[in-house]
Amino acid sequence: MNFDYNEEQQLLADSVRRYLQKDYDFESRKKILATPQGWSERVWANFAEMGLTGLPLSPDYGGFGGGAVDLMSVVEAFGEALVVEPYLPSMLAAAAIAKGGTQEQKQAILPAVAQGRMRLAFATGERGVIGAPLAQRIVLARDGRLTLHDKFNVAAYRTVDDLAAGDVAFEDKGEPLGAAGGVLEEVLDLGAALSCAEAVGALKFSCDTTLEYLKTRKQFGVPIGAFQALQHRMVDMFISYEQARSMACLACSKVDQAESAQDRARSVSAAKVRIADAARHVSQEAVQLHGGMGMTEELKVSHTFRRLTALARRFGDVDQHLERFASL
Amino acid sequence: MDLNYSPEELAFRDEVRSWLAANLPQELKDKAHYSKEELMRWHRILAAKGWVAPAWPKEWGGTGWSAVQRYIYEEELGSAGTPPIIPFGINMCAPVLIAFGTDAQKKRFLPRIYNGEDFWCQGYSEPGSGSDLASLKTKAVKEGAHYVVNGQKIWTTLAHYADWIFCLVRTDPTVEKRQEGISFLLIDMKSPGITLRPLMLMDGAHHVNEVFFDDVEVPADNLVHKENQGWTVAKYLLGYERMNTGRIGESKRELRKLKERFPEKMKDVRWRDRLSRVEVELMALEITNLRFLDRMRRTGQPPGADVSMLKIKGTEIQQALTELAMQAADPNARETQALERRYLDMRKTTIYAGSNEIQRNIIAKMTLGL
Repeated sequence: MNFDYNEEQQLLADSVRRYLQKDYDFESRKKILATPQGWSERVWANFAEMGLTGLPLSPDYGGFGGGAVDLMSVVEAFGEALVVEPYLPSMLAAAAIAKGGTQEQKQAILPAVAQGRMRLAFATGERGVIGAPLAQRIVLARDGRLTLHDKFNVAAYRTVDDLAAGDVAFEDKGEPLGAAGGVLEEVLDLGAALSCAEAVGALKFSCDTTLEYLKTRKQFGVPIGAFQALQHRMVDMFISYEQARSMACLACSKVDQAESAQDRARSVSAAKVRIADAARHVSQEAVQLHGGMGMTEELKVSHTFRRLTALARRFGDVDQHLERFASL
Repeated sequence: MDLNYSPEELAFRDEVRSWLAANLPQELKDKAHYSKEELMRWHRILAAKGWVAPAWPKEWGGTGWSAVQRYIYEEELGSAGTPPIIPFGINMCAPVLIAFGTDAQKKRFLPRIYNGEDFWCQGYSEPGSGSDLASLKTKAVKEGAHYVVNGQKIWTTLAHYADWIFCLVRTDPTVEKRQEGISFLLIDMKSPGITLRPLMLMDGAHHVNEVFFDDVEVPADNLVHKENQGWTVAKYLLGYERMNTGRIGESKRELRKLKERFPEKMKDVRWRDRLSRVEVELMALEITNLRFLDRMRRTGQPPGADVSMLKIKGTEIQQALTELAMQAADPNARETQALERRYLDMRKTTIYAGSNEIQRNIIAKMTLGL
């Protein structure tokens, strides 16, 4: 048993973090959001240069053969920086094609994805498809089956946490992917586990920035962190975050390596429940402890609130995962 | 990152599990209360196997197991429903003697603790000194080769079983910094001048006592570490204590029993969801505990103040489980009484060993720098 990232994972995580600190600070992100499309092609190209767009793909297609734990280190950093480029949906769709596609489909799509020339989206219905406005192909999961589409119209909008999303009208029947029933569940568990990892990054930011605020904001002549009522609330936020981190580690590690599909599903659902609770608790407390400033668009804490609010419900909400957890 | 146990760790778990299955006497299994004889019987079974004090250095009888192995072992004990190992000797007094004791003190006390010949209790809290422990007033005055002790301790768990008590006493009432006038003293419970008064708790059971010291003579050889430096010893001990309060194996067993005992309630979605949430909390606690152990392995550092969260979450979970059990049962039935008593009893867990509010203070100050 060990909780370490290996050397490669650590190097990757460090370089992603460095890149985000330099090129994706809060002000740069604001500029991206101010553009009409609301995401940056340059940033996507940078992801490709760093090898991120090929991370989970096999070296046969120009990828690095990474698993959930490899991706975890990346999306955690994305969560902390509140990246708006819909990386995760593209990687999930690619994973679905890699697991269930024909040789031809893989050859046609995966190298282009790895090189950053093609973007994908992953849809569980026609409405609310994150990444659809920038996707050249969409993998659709419907009635337990996966199909691959390249003709569709998108009515674009942005989600509460500023991701490019759209309602999709599919204009082709789609090519079937993967006869094996397990593929869809595997991909959805991968998505759920990684959404946990992304939340952990956002939780970390919320805790760090709130702690900093408690130490610097003065009222009644002292830093407000001197008040025990606030100290205990900060401690509870910190505990929530640590518990969430533990469960994200569990979920990602079980997606890579579990005794059985049931073992994996149970761990992922438990993680999703715990992290949804942590997301709600920490984001609400972060805003509350910031007072009025926490409500404004000017501080990143409110944007993080929006991301955590969305992540808590993506890939299944608490009720769905509690139900699955209890039934396994 | 790999959160599965290694093949060696799994083999170790199986070894512990099958040994427990073969050696835990049926009549000692899973009781609500254990007599002193029962506690000591189990202690001696473990001592004979060489497993009663895994964390001690090998020369005194430790097993040399890794932190993960010790964790697995403790979880298997909890999960098998063994009597508890009473911590005051094995996990509290002994680590202090190993770290601060003289050779003579180690030779005199450690083997007797290991073999279960002496039963220890802890003399920390006083009526006026609970969370604010450093305000303690029980006085020890050096007179020749003796200290003369006067004062009172309270909440002394199992003092009515104990042969010895380790105490924090005030040896210098004049220092400005209160912590610097405290010493750590080992006192024979048979000494003249010691009297006990039981304190009955709301579950009707006798666990804790008041202990009165009236001109009790204690040989000066029984001082541990230096005079007026007992607070250093106390702080060292607190670190040990906190790492041990998650009670994860025990809670896992309670959870399993709950599901087995109330199969019809598992169909009640409202109750089942409450149970599932506690189960998720317990999983998160377990992984967090393992993550802290892994961090200790990696850094070689002792546990940080953030392990206080294991105490906070572990005790909240213990309480939630007893509450769920009670809620599942008929409120008027005779069989429910044991569940109700356990619910009452477990309210102590968020108060003892540093209340959960004190644990939050510790994290706020030491980990978060507030």
